Amino acid sequence: MSRHARILTLLGLMVASMVGLGGKGALASELVADISSHLVAITAGFSGADLLMFGTTEGKGDVVIVVRGPDQTELVRRKDRVAGIWLNRDQVRFDNVPAFYAIASNRPLDEFVPESVRALHQIGIDHLRFTTAPDLDPGEVATFREALVRNRRRTGQFVSAPSSIKFLGPRLFRSDMRVPANAPIGTYQVQIFLLLDGEVISATITPLIVSKIGFEANVFDFAHRHAFYYGLIAIVIASVAGWGAAMVFRKV
Amino acid sequence: MQIYLPIAELSVNVFLLLGMGGAIGVLSGLFGVGGGFLMTPLLIFIGISPAVAVATGANQIVASSISGVLAHWKRGNVDVRMGLALLGGGMLGSTFGVWLFTFLRTMGQIDVVIKICYVVMLGAIGVLMLIEGARALGRSRKAIPRRPLGHGKSWRDRLPLKVRFRRSQRYISVLLPIGVGFLVGLLTAIMGVGGGFVMVPAMIYLFGMPTSVVVGTSLFQIIFVTANVTVLQAVNNHSVDIVLALLLLTGGVIGAQVGARLATRLKAEQMRVLLAVLVLVVCGKLAYDLVARPSDLYSLAIVVQERR
Repeated sequence: MSRHARILTLLGLMVASMVGLGGKGALASELVADISSHLVAITAGFSGADLLMFGTTEGKGDVVIVVRGPDQTELVRRKDRVAGIWLNRDQVRFDNVPAFYAIASNRPLDEFVPESVRALHQIGIDHLRFTTAPDLDPGEVATFREALVRNRRRTGQFVSAPSSIKFLGPRLFRSDMRVPANAPIGTYQVQIFLLLDGEVISATITPLIVSKIGFEANVFDFAHRHAFYYGLIAIVIASVAGWGAAMVFRKV
Repeated sequence: MQIYLPIAELSVNVFLLLGMGGAIGVLSGLFGVGGGFLMTPLLIFIGISPAVAVATGANQIVASSISGVLAHWKRGNVDVRMGLALLGGGMLGSTFGVWLFTFLRTMGQIDVVIKICYVVMLGAIGVLMLIEGARALGRSRKAIPRRPLGHGKSWRDRLPLKVRFRRSQRYISVLLPIGVGFLVGLLTAIMGVGGGFVMVPAMIYLFGMPTSVVVGTSLFQIIFVTANVTVLQAVNNHSVDIVLALLLLTGGVIGAQVGARLATRLKAEQMRVLLAVLVLVVCGKLAYDLVARPSDLYSLAIVVQERR
């Protein structure tokens, strides 16, 4: 084949494959997104981090960004008055609770996301699926679940920010997100959805790692893995400090 | 300037911690009281979990006790035999105490128990100090007469296993110091205090030891028991935060020296009443927290966390 023919064939194949993959007859990647940094390093003096999320669409549709931390199991305890004192009494255990959950969109979610889609993709704090023991009274579970969400909102680990995604022009969007100082450690998933006419037409996921780095991380690991030696070292440091202080101040 | 505490897992202001350590240090220099029983509630007030507050408090007390015992040792004011007896009880008490602590923690009741213990303890100490301080203010001229221990048979003398404690010139049952040591060890493990405020009166009034030896011997016991608690808490609950302890230490050591110098200048009796009031205020706040309806009846605890 001549060179021109080869290039034309290649182009033709590319277009054909893109059309084939595109489903709705659109180009395969309608949504492209990323975050300013994929690593939040917790070092001494950490008081939260600001991240920028951004991307482009084809000009149509609404964007929802969900940042979901690793799953954990939580106990929700309720206090009751016993002999005049408030004590923890009843508790409900919830599994598959994200350690962190933040949701942002370019306009309020109920304007463009139907319930079925929200339930399917777990979009929105109310649609997160926590598992509990099957034999519990559903009314109780609902009350405890509400308490769980309320507590997490208060500590800043469940965040909803409707209308915080800004479109700069028809395609480019950006959103500022704050990782709070008490963000749990682990691998987070940043999910970006593109919705049109009540359906998710494109989605992309990118990871975010929140990790202790450096001195603090080493101390923490050491405290957990070599707890006995950690304890000994703690005593030795205290002893030396006490001794040293006594020596120093004796002469002053 | 914020610092991130690796075990407590939160960011705190460095100067706040140094200041707290310093303030408590001044109090300990002024009155000779360890101040551990004020440190732990203060740490809890600023948001550190009770488990970490207690364990780290114990760690910090090791330092201040060593710093204090040296001066007493040089003057021969430590009754080692008595100290060892107290220590024996203390090791048993503190080991049991840490086990109890871990058990309560898994039951989710550790916060309440620590607070109740503190309310009782601070209430008792506060009232006693207030009475003593008011009495001292009232008659600072006269020496406060100590209740003389009679030479007759009391229940103390009927206890078995008597041992001769030469330095203190006492011949009493070894069960007494072991028992007191056990109780103090228990308190150390659950509340993160040194326990001097129980041991010193016990040694003076219960054992009849001369006052000069009491403080040094008490410090001797405290060093080993708090060290034991530190290691056990580190192993069982991973709750000792070295960074936090160091910050408190630094402030505390400096504060203690300042306090010791201030003690010569200020009127001791007035300060004691003020300290008693402070203790009662802290006690009142803790008691109120226990009894008042909490703002949120629900609280959370993480059971299993994926760490990657």
